[in-house]
Amino acid sequence: MPKLITQVGCPYCGSSCDDLEVLVSDDGKKILETHNACVIGNEIFHHVSSPSRPKKPRMRQPDGTMKEISYDEAVDFTAKTLLKSKKPLIYGFGSTNCEGMSAVARVAEKAGAVLDNCASICHGPSFLAIFDNGYPSCTLGEVKNRADVVVFWGCNPMHAHPRHTSRYSIFPRGFFTTKGQMQRTIICVDPRETDTAKLADMHLMIKQGHDYDLFDAFRTVLRGHPIPEEVAGIKREKIEEAAEAMKKARFCMIFFGMGCCHTDGRNHNIDIAISTTRDLNTYTKASIMAMRGHYNIAGPGQVWSWQFGFPYCLDLSKGTHAHMNPGETSSIDLAMRDEVDCFVNVGTDAGAHFPIAAIKHLKKHPFITVDPNICMASEISDLHIPVRVVGVEEPGVVYRMDNVPIQFKKVIDGPEGVPSDEELFDMVYKRMCELTQTEPFWILAKGHAQASTPTEH
Amino acid sequence: MPTITLKPYKTPELMLECYNITPDVFAGKKPEEIAELEIREGKTRVKLGDFFEASGSSGMTAAETDIHIAGDCTRVKYIGNKMTAGSITVDGNADMYVGGWMKGGKIHVKGNVHSFCGIAMEGGEILVDGNAENYVGCAYRGDWRGMRGGTIRIKGNAGNDIGTFMLGGTIIIENNAFIHVSTHAEGGTVIIKGDVQGRVGGQMVKGDIYVFGNIQYMLPGFKQVDKVEKEVDGEKATFLHYIGDLGERHPKSKGKEIYANLYVKA
Repeated sequence: MPKLITQVGCPYCGSSCDDLEVLVSDDGKKILETHNACVIGNEIFHHVSSPSRPKKPRMRQPDGTMKEISYDEAVDFTAKTLLKSKKPLIYGFGSTNCEGMSAVARVAEKAGAVLDNCASICHGPSFLAIFDNGYPSCTLGEVKNRADVVVFWGCNPMHAHPRHTSRYSIFPRGFFTTKGQMQRTIICVDPRETDTAKLADMHLMIKQGHDYDLFDAFRTVLRGHPIPEEVAGIKREKIEEAAEAMKKARFCMIFFGMGCCHTDGRNHNIDIAISTTRDLNTYTKASIMAMRGHYNIAGPGQVWSWQFGFPYCLDLSKGTHAHMNPGETSSIDLAMRDEVDCFVNVGTDAGAHFPIAAIKHLKKHPFITVDPNICMASEISDLHIPVRVVGVEEPGVVYRMDNVPIQFKKVIDGPEGVPSDEELFDMVYKRMCELTQTEPFWILAKGHAQASTPTEH
Repeated sequence: MPTITLKPYKTPELMLECYNITPDVFAGKKPEEIAELEIREGKTRVKLGDFFEASGSSGMTAAETDIHIAGDCTRVKYIGNKMTAGSITVDGNADMYVGGWMKGGKIHVKGNVHSFCGIAMEGGEILVDGNAENYVGCAYRGDWRGMRGGTIRIKGNAGNDIGTFMLGGTIIIENNAFIHVSTHAEGGTVIIKGDVQGRVGGQMVKGDIYVFGNIQYMLPGFKQVDKVEKEVDGEKATFLHYIGDLGERHPKSKGKEIYANLYVKA
């Protein structure tokens, strides 16, 4: 009899849905059906049984071809390369669990590496704004139960976070929002008429790159001062109307995405959005949240802040302290300025996401990819190490976009002999300790912690 | 003044982090001792002498020490980091953090500088003959206390984020700037002799900005109140006087709100 596993977490977008049901074959090896997932989530669960999936590390040969090698050889190569490099860059972590991120951080510390995550090319500017101006945020549960005015600024959840609108932000009926969509006013700020904009009650078609000006106009209106006839391509009356709707809300929620934090000004756009949220709290309850992209991209921010004090762009090469200054220690800047001499890409596809010029610089040095699947980065790597898929073959803790931790389940067994990210990086750490003749004390500490606490969930 | 000359003779593979190139560290040291000072290339510890040839003599104190770098420092960070007195001249370009956290003395870069020039500066003088990248005289990430004193003069262009969270001091850009001037500033003066694309004085509480050229996109939070004649950096001109940022909080003095001033040449 196939087994139905309920309350399964979805390893796709930042909504980190935890209400999926997965039908698994008798032997627990194959996924037959998924329920409740969006099309992309569904695809991720079925993708694991793809016959083309690599099950062994592959090393680039002098003639350019890839040859399968053992995990021990791959671990040895990674450990030696990291130790030999003057300043390695370890980047990625869009799609892995917090246990893996913590293990990688210990490797980075040992290697004197720069540790960075996808936020660097994603919500990194939002982090900078949060450092400068605070983060008056809430959980998605509060949005569902309370928000009656929802602003989507430079984001398109209908495509990027398919179930966000039905679970939290537009359609669901909550404790104080019993009429669901009927009760909510949706404002969308986007230069294009996206599918989210089509759903909105008010679409402010902003002139691209003028987010800061429009926020400044909102703030000026909220303080009762006059504004010019047109700001950022939007008429004064429309800005005043939107500001009035936000002021009159019982709970105003602002969601922002890449469209806001990756146009000119970057962190300042989010900074002034946070200031606007603060201003709105003079009149009503208002809150703001970043539309984080991946199911656990909030994870490295949490894990590394706990370990080192900073969420991303951590330069651990000093040996005595962590240094963080995006612009200098951020992956793209390091690559473009030839500041690193080894690149490890973990659980993301830098090959697809980085500018070609940055990849060209990185390719001058050893290039290692740790990812369950074949991707653009794996195909240009010197070494590709496959691992188990978190959320499908490997359980673990993930942080949703509102920084709520969720325990994800495993639904089937991974391919035989393939380790998880955590296991792989613990092996690399141990090998580095062997090579440098030092005590692997993080492994010992972990063993001690596991022995003294029950691990059943 | 006794001068130590550093002549770069080797280009590093990565970037060099030279926290030690300051008159404070060099004072009272012989050239051979200076060549032994530790610098960093990534996680490796190297010596200043591995990349620079040191000669000349230093003074007894920082104030009596002059450093002359006779060559290009495109791949050298942290020149004049935290220096309190003395002077440094760089004959070529310099990388990031020139005069970062500087308290006094003088730095003259004859080429271009990269980002974070004069970050969290408290006093002294920086003169750059070429262009500067982003974050001239800005605050460190998350710090609401930016540049507090001193003068930065960039003879060429500058990028974005000039004087972010500035509290005092003066920044002069003799050519054009990109965006974000004096964002979040609560004091200080920024003078831009060329054009700025926009976002001048966003979230600004107090302080002054002078723009001699054109502001392509004026922020809606600034309102013209007056037309004034002023002498700025030795140049007399008529300026349109704006106050703002009207969207930001402002302190009150004698019952009247104090705004930041933006002067744009009429």
